[in-house]
Amino acid sequence: MAVSEPTAPDAVASAAASEADVRLDGVTKRFGEMLAVDDLTLSIQRGHFYALLGPSGCGKTTTLRMIGGFEDPTGGRVYLGGEDVTDRPSHRRDVNTVFQSYALFPHLSVERNVAFGLERRKIGRAEVRRRVGEMLELVQLGPLAKRKPAQLSGGQQQRVALARALVNRPRALLLDEPLGALDLRLRRQLQIELKRIQQEVGITFVHVTHDQEEAMTMADTIVVMNRGRVEQAGTAEQLYELPRTAFVASFLGQSNLIDARVGAADGARTPVETHDGARLQVPSDRVGALAGEQASVGVRPEKMSLLTPEGIAPDGANVLRGRVVVASFLGVSVQYLVTTAGGEELTVIAQNEAGCAPDAFAVGREVQLCWDPRHTFVVARGADE
Amino acid sequence: MNARVRTWMLGIWSTAAILYLFIPIFIVVLFSFNDNRGRFNFTWNGFTLRHWAHPFRDPDLVTALRNSIEIGLLSTAVAVTLGTFLAMALVRYRFRGRGAIDLFVFLPMATPEVVMGAALLALFLVFNVSTGFVTILIAHVMFCLSYVVVTVRARLEGMDPHIEEAARDLGAGEMTTFWKVTLPMIAPGVAAAGVLAFALSVDDYVITSFNAGQTQTFPLFIFGATRQGVPAEVNVLATMLLIAVLLLMGLNVLLQRRLSRRDASGGGAEAVEEEPRPMVVTPAPSAAG
Ligand SMILES: Nc1ncnc2c1ncn2[C@@H]1O[C@H](COP(=O)(O)OP(=O)(O)OP(=O)(O)O)[C@@H](O)[C@H]1O
Ligand SMILES: [Mg+2]
Repeated sequence: MAVSEPTAPDAVASAAASEADVRLDGVTKRFGEMLAVDDLTLSIQRGHFYALLGPSGCGKTTTLRMIGGFEDPTGGRVYLGGEDVTDRPSHRRDVNTVFQSYALFPHLSVERNVAFGLERRKIGRAEVRRRVGEMLELVQLGPLAKRKPAQLSGGQQQRVALARALVNRPRALLLDEPLGALDLRLRRQLQIELKRIQQEVGITFVHVTHDQEEAMTMADTIVVMNRGRVEQAGTAEQLYELPRTAFVASFLGQSNLIDARVGAADGARTPVETHDGARLQVPSDRVGALAGEQASVGVRPEKMSLLTPEGIAPDGANVLRGRVVVASFLGVSVQYLVTTAGGEELTVIAQNEAGCAPDAFAVGREVQLCWDPRHTFVVARGADE
Repeated sequence: MNARVRTWMLGIWSTAAILYLFIPIFIVVLFSFNDNRGRFNFTWNGFTLRHWAHPFRDPDLVTALRNSIEIGLLSTAVAVTLGTFLAMALVRYRFRGRGAIDLFVFLPMATPEVVMGAALLALFLVFNVSTGFVTILIAHVMFCLSYVVVTVRARLEGMDPHIEEAARDLGAGEMTTFWKVTLPMIAPGVAAAGVLAFALSVDDYVITSFNAGQTQTFPLFIFGATRQGVPAEVNVLATMLLIAVLLLMGLNVLLQRRLSRRDASGGGAEAVEEEPRPMVVTPAPSAAG
């Protein structure tokens, strides 16, 4: 088994562009009739922190288990560092897993747990002891080395599981909702710690979660999955600002989606006509294959602002008319629910600048909604939201 | 007032139950010290230690005892090995015929011993196997196996299967995973199964009597002896057997305690309540008395 030495993050960054560390090529997994993972192709770069994000049952765990070698794909190939490992058993794959239940060995002490992987290889005792010691320092468990897993708190067990996997310096570390069992505070703390450790050791992390905030906090790249398929992969900004499917638009944060017909491009802007006849503008480079199609236009709630009916919208802004249905004062912001002429209920989030919900936008008032066309996106009309 | 009555009743009730359980055993032990006259040992004639002076005077008895212990150890070893792997296969793998095996494993426990003894004898006759030490051994392995499977299986089912996956993940092959992880974790179950199997084997009379041929085991010997009268040595030996079994049980309980202290939980956060129950095995030392 090849042992890749941990590399410094900057060295990683330069090598990263070309090299795929983990690659799934058209991988499919069926459990009987049930299609858990559907023709999934994914390329994970060395040294990056990837999050697999998706709703329950979308196939995240199954995907991870196929990379780890615990599940045989029904079709497709799995590559690690360019090598086809599809038919290789898990103990001969250079990846390690942190299980959701931690799966620590209850009969072994913390240090023996951490040493387990190294002891399976031809590594001298002194070397094993040194590396285990170092790793326990890294996860701040040095003083607890002699304890049994049952004598540790949940967060400590989680760190043992992490140390036990990391000490082997695997090509990639697979984490299946490792923070799922912890309370919110500890979770936030460990998220930051995980990120720190990942940057320190420079190993590729593939982190499964269904918590979008967790994914956005930690990951360089987020892969949004739905029904066994990849919906979209990209950085948090890309996914949030430019969702490419209706599912991503509504799964990652809130979105206002309006049914519309996309017109023909007119320079940098493409006109869009909503189903009730309102005309909006969308940046042409966001339309793609949807030109001339029925689609949904979307905008994030915090990108919109409210104006009184007489107010003058900035030049070139997208404008819709509607009536305020709900106005909730949330402290940091005020959240409005506005019904448009076409019947959509749109959410608008406004900064709380006045110190109260302004009278002009009280419930029942007619308002104008306006936003910069740069913040408009177009997605195929989604059946699955 | 009411509560006090209840406490009293409970006390009386438990005492009665315990007496009911222990009086026969007590009588057996007591009469090993009886200074009996003649061939029978039914009336109390006064205290003596003379039966305890030479309990092994009879060479046949020694042979019978040795046979019993040898058969007990061998059948335990075979049944525990086979049974542990069988339990692992049943819990961990899905394979054709699994359901049938599952059912058949329980069958020997439900079958009346007489029927099983007779059936085994018939089988040996059909295959022209002469009965003796080996056939006893085969019979004992057979009925011990079920108990081993049931005991080990319970332990395996309480174990997080991800723990074995974690071992593989860390580079351990099938064998290493078994020796380093699975076996240590199911050890309490395996130990309990071993004690149970040995106890069952050593005191089995019915099935053994069908398949023994000329070979004597300890229970067979005692039963034979009682037919020619009831020598007080029978009580002595029964008492010894009782003590041996009690010692084994004590050992088992101690072992379980140590193991359960060693891994007070199954490892995962949610496995904490899965503490191994001390498996107290109580075989009835019933061969004599
Ligand atoms: N061993 C199995 N046998 C049959 N179906 C399975 C098996 N494992 C998973 N599935 C099914 O495959 C689908 C994907 O499961 P998976 O565990 O990958 O989901 P997940 O994305 O990890 O969900 P969660 O967030 O709830 O953990 C689910 O519908 C599940 O019921
Ligand atoms: Mg999962």
